[in-house]
Amino acid sequence: MSTVILLLLTGLGAAGLYFLVASGLSLVFGLADVLNFAHGLFLSVGAYAAWWAATSLPGAGSEGLGFVLTAIVGVVAAAAVAALVELVLIRPLYKRTIEQVLVTVGLSLAGVALLQVIWGADPRTFPRPAWSGGVTEIAGARVPNSSLLLLGCAAVVLVALQAFLRFTRVGLVIRAGVEDRAMVTALGIDVRKAFTLVFAIGGAAAGLAGVLAGIHFTSVTSAQGGSLLIFGFITVVIGGMGSVTGTAWAAVAVGLVQQFANYYVSGLGDIFVVALLAVVLLVRPQGLAGVAGGASA
Amino acid sequence: MNPTLTTWLRRLTPIAVLAVLAAIPYSGITIPVLFDGAINNPGSLGLLAVCLVFGGLALSYDLMFGRTGMLSFGHALYFGAGAYGTAILVRQTDWPLWTVVLVAVGGTILLALVLGAIALRTKAIAFAMVTLAFAQVGAILVARNTGGLTGGEEGAALVSDRLPSAFVGVVNTVNLYWLALAFVALVAFVVHRVDDSPAGRVLRAVRDDDRRVDVLGLSPYRFRLLAFVLSAGLASVGGVVYVLVVHGASPHLVSSDLTLSLLVMVVLGGPGTRWGPVIGGFLFAFLDNRLTAVGTSDSVDNLPSVLSGPLSEPLFILGTIFILCVYFFPGGLASLRTRLGPLRTLVPARPRPAAQGRAPS
Repeated sequence: MSTVILLLLTGLGAAGLYFLVASGLSLVFGLADVLNFAHGLFLSVGAYAAWWAATSLPGAGSEGLGFVLTAIVGVVAAAAVAALVELVLIRPLYKRTIEQVLVTVGLSLAGVALLQVIWGADPRTFPRPAWSGGVTEIAGARVPNSSLLLLGCAAVVLVALQAFLRFTRVGLVIRAGVEDRAMVTALGIDVRKAFTLVFAIGGAAAGLAGVLAGIHFTSVTSAQGGSLLIFGFITVVIGGMGSVTGTAWAAVAVGLVQQFANYYVSGLGDIFVVALLAVVLLVRPQGLAGVAGGASA
Repeated sequence: MNPTLTTWLRRLTPIAVLAVLAAIPYSGITIPVLFDGAINNPGSLGLLAVCLVFGGLALSYDLMFGRTGMLSFGHALYFGAGAYGTAILVRQTDWPLWTVVLVAVGGTILLALVLGAIALRTKAIAFAMVTLAFAQVGAILVARNTGGLTGGEEGAALVSDRLPSAFVGVVNTVNLYWLALAFVALVAFVVHRVDDSPAGRVLRAVRDDDRRVDVLGLSPYRFRLLAFVLSAGLASVGGVVYVLVVHGASPHLVSSDLTLSLLVMVVLGGPGTRWGPVIGGFLFAFLDNRLTAVGTSDSVDNLPSVLSGPLSEPLFILGTIFILCVYFFPGGLASLRTRLGPLRTLVPARPRPAAQGRAPS
């Protein structure tokens, strides 16, 4: 029983990480039709910025309030880079989907190479708070604190994102834009202003994911963003593109399948995740929350 | 120029280029900077062979991307399957090489048929993500050293004592070079034959407007699958040649980075053009290799560290060139001719309007 609870909670922790990566991807894709290969770069930028803050920025550190500041630096850096990328590189290419993908691909190659130049290709030990390495006993299962942290942060982000989309005017514009961009534009609202915001939000979520991944995996590498990005993509496709709720459910499915399969079928979790993707595509090509024909349009 | 003469020139140029490339091993010229030592020493020939393989691979990718309009991020899987399949089968069985190659390529085609049939249920961006996910499984299986076959991080070496002697040893690098050249010729022949056939016209129609193809009573799904499987098959042949040239398969061959590089090669060269992807693939592989040498040379090391750091990373330079290319050269290298064409006709005509403009003042 305790094994099942442990797998359940660590699975949900992994789900939290995938949700943080995928929510930004999903929103950006839903609103602006941009498949963002540079999203993994935002994650790495967040992780390295936090690492830099903890080691060099006065006031920031790896414990208590100092770590909060460290995390904020990571999130803000990733959000700033994401907004900058949108303004400088993506904006001139709107409505040219393939070119946008190509630019983000180029950016991910060049950006990761640049990170390697600055911080080297070897993993750096992430300055994480001591308590995050411990375990908490829940119903007999010894659950790593970092998994609970991931789960908690993702839940907060999910609630905040839903509240933002539901109760604010900009959120309304974003939801309407995902639904039918031409109509929103016809009503005299400049959707493109929302694009920058959505990029920044997605970047911030990715930055937070970078910081939390640093805590969870205890180290930062320049390749980390890229490997998490692939699971982010899988989550987005399973969830149905553009839907935050669908992404959350898909993240839970991916995280749980991965953990349980890893335990019971000896390390084949990733394979099962892709099998899950194949099954969803065969049964429901538009994803869990997608409208029929929506994903292919 | 006489139209028939132009057609003949267009047909003969590739053959002439092929002949020149085939004759390279017989010339001992040295090209400084570009090659270390003479062009026909084994090191240079090996480098050229790798570049040729990537040229052919890029063209096989373009059969999907530029010609049929399918953005796949999983092409590396089929290249890697050909390479690893050959390396593993040579080690585990005592079959002759041609059987190994047939089984490796045939197996890859089957794999592509199954995965393509599933992935093609989605279109456009979703298709890109699904192919990426499938390729990721391949990358994970290879990295995990599944069944002790792939060798994990180390890669799978090609056991050379079971190969025909013509492919073994530094002296025989020239044969591998010719093999790589034959591979490019094969891909070009197949892709161009498809281009000129009715099926090729349907593929272009699928790219431009698949609903119209549907209305005309043809199945876009089947033609997409055809392009997918054919291109995967050609890629697996490329994998076989590659593993013979470099004597082993490494995990990099199945990584998503390799597919991203293929996309960069095709876009740099000119998607959908006859020779653009080959040139793009060749140049990318060449630059990727030689920029590492340039990046660690003294002239770059003496620069201030702000410059020398980024310049020593080939991927930084290539990624930046690629982004600039997307903005300013959407048609890639192959568009240079059509872009410079109008310029050439303009140049002689320019003096006259200029003279007229000056006259009133």
